[in-house]
Amino acid sequence: MKNSQSNGKTHITVSHLEMAYGDFVVMRDLNFTVEHGEVLVIMGGSGCGKSTLLRHLIGLKEPAKGDILYDGQSFVQSSLEEQKKKLRAFGVLYQGGALWSSMTLSENIALPLEEYTKLTPSEIREVIAYKLALVGLAGFEEFYPSEISGGMRKRAGLARAMALDPEILFFDEPSAGLDPISSSRLDDLILQLRDSLGSTVVVVTHELQSIFAIADKAVFLDVEKRTLTALGNPNDMLRDPPNDNVRRFLTRDSGTD
Amino acid sequence: MDSQAQKTIFKVERKGDKLLLHLSGVWKLGCGIPDIDAIESSTDGKATVKGITFETSKISGWDSGLMTFLIKVLNYCQANGLDFDQASLPDNLDRLLKLSQAVPEKEGLGGHEGRGNLFHRAGIASIHHFGEFKASVSFVGECFLSALGLLRGRRPFRWRDFFLVMQEVGVDALPIVSLISFLVGLIISFLGAVVLLRFGAEVYVSYLIGYGMLREMGALMTGIIMAGRTGAAFAAQIGSMKVSEEIDALRTMGISPIDFIVLPRMLALFLMMPLLAIYADIVGIFSGMLISKSLLDIAYPIFLNGMLEAVALPDFFLGVIKGVVFGVIVAISGCLKGMRCGNSADSVGLAATSAVVTGITCIIIANAVIDWIAAVYGI
Repeated sequence: MKNSQSNGKTHITVSHLEMAYGDFVVMRDLNFTVEHGEVLVIMGGSGCGKSTLLRHLIGLKEPAKGDILYDGQSFVQSSLEEQKKKLRAFGVLYQGGALWSSMTLSENIALPLEEYTKLTPSEIREVIAYKLALVGLAGFEEFYPSEISGGMRKRAGLARAMALDPEILFFDEPSAGLDPISSSRLDDLILQLRDSLGSTVVVVTHELQSIFAIADKAVFLDVEKRTLTALGNPNDMLRDPPNDNVRRFLTRDSGTD
Repeated sequence: MDSQAQKTIFKVERKGDKLLLHLSGVWKLGCGIPDIDAIESSTDGKATVKGITFETSKISGWDSGLMTFLIKVLNYCQANGLDFDQASLPDNLDRLLKLSQAVPEKEGLGGHEGRGNLFHRAGIASIHHFGEFKASVSFVGECFLSALGLLRGRRPFRWRDFFLVMQEVGVDALPIVSLISFLVGLIISFLGAVVLLRFGAEVYVSYLIGYGMLREMGALMTGIIMAGRTGAAFAAQIGSMKVSEEIDALRTMGISPIDFIVLPRMLALFLMMPLLAIYADIVGIFSGMLISKSLLDIAYPIFLNGMLEAVALPDFFLGVIKGVVFGVIVAISGCLKGMRCGNSADSVGLAATSAVVTGITCIIIANAVIDWIAAVYGI
């Protein structure tokens, strides 16, 4: 087990995090760390708070208690301006892609570039073409999100998330709504991006095949115990399950027989 | 069709210390679900009955109707400590029954509002409304901070969106504004014709129309049209952006949705509403002039001279100021309801409805307040 003290290599530290909606506590006392360049999978049953944890990590929800640190600096306690600055180093791929529907794909990708870089319009066009080519959507610059398929929207969302070469990429259920081939292609893409760009990757999913394919480290959120009950490599977890709920999750055991 | 075959039949027979239920006929939802009174009356006060068993071989057709009945009997048995002989049921019924009982009913789910006594409900509602009120105030504050930031040149501004919204709320609204203000001018002049003719004062219809359109109806009718047309559109647009996580995507990119979405809309309405109100004034006065000519035989020069004698520049500016205020109200209520929208499809509809209702209510209230202030200062 790695300790939760931040060192030079630790990228994300979650310490004693408690998540709540009003009075209702979803998860309490979450502790884990993610190293630079690691792929972390947040897994657990439906409704256990996986996506809620992601929303905490990217600053869309404030923790009820505890802290989240990036490179040893508290994200929760920093000022709004500092948070905004940190957000620029994040790329987030939402479940449905969340492309801005009133803008074309190229305008979607251009927006962060226009906001945060001093590139000229022609340079921006070149970057857009490169990012779209990276996700296999070269030539789709002038399409609106409503004109392309769900899988393509997701890939376009990924191109937008990567626009500013983020240090951390967050994925919310990347395989949801994709056919097996597209979803395994997306898994490959995630790994390639990590290997070539060195980004840290955080993925929320309950897709077992994805979990085993991409995760360096996984956290299991137990809906019954309302906390994290397993931390480590999913293949190790499968070989030597730390508890019964994890074993049942990883082996699709519904417990009826 | 044989009506006997379409019937749901059950008979209760006493057999030793058990009740034997003979089920036959058709047990489908369309035939209704029988009460279990007969079972209750056969077991009431007779402690000797220890259980219920079934005879189902004569059932000719069944669906969830039969299952619902069986679950009713099962619940009755559990409540009264009777033995429910599940083994006497055919395999498929037995399996379905087991499936429906596999996960026990969850206790303590009663977290929904609206339960409990009157005080409890009133308390919950007050807390909810207070929360909404706080959110509205902080939203309005954020909007003004954002506008200030723009004035100081500190914030990037989406000029393209701004012009697009200007066209949407301005030029595209002209036909409906023309129609409504034409009809309003017509209504006022009819009113004037009926009332003023009695006193032989029909010349003053120009006074009524000029005063009414410029001070009240021009801005008010435009405000109400825009609340229905644009306020609802804003709420629905922003609400569906929220449902599809587009607003979240802006936030996590470090872009404030207020700067990006709300401000262009607010500024566009801020500029276009007074212009629309002036346009409505002109159309209304023009239509009043036409009606006065045809109904009261007042020549155009007489009408115009009479009107310009009565109304002055302050009347005109009062209408313009009202237009500006109503524009801000429509923009803020539409954007606020959109941003406060929930995460499901039906909450988008609710947001749009609520934006219109809030917008129109606030416009009427603001109109009364402005009139009152104008009266106090003698404008």
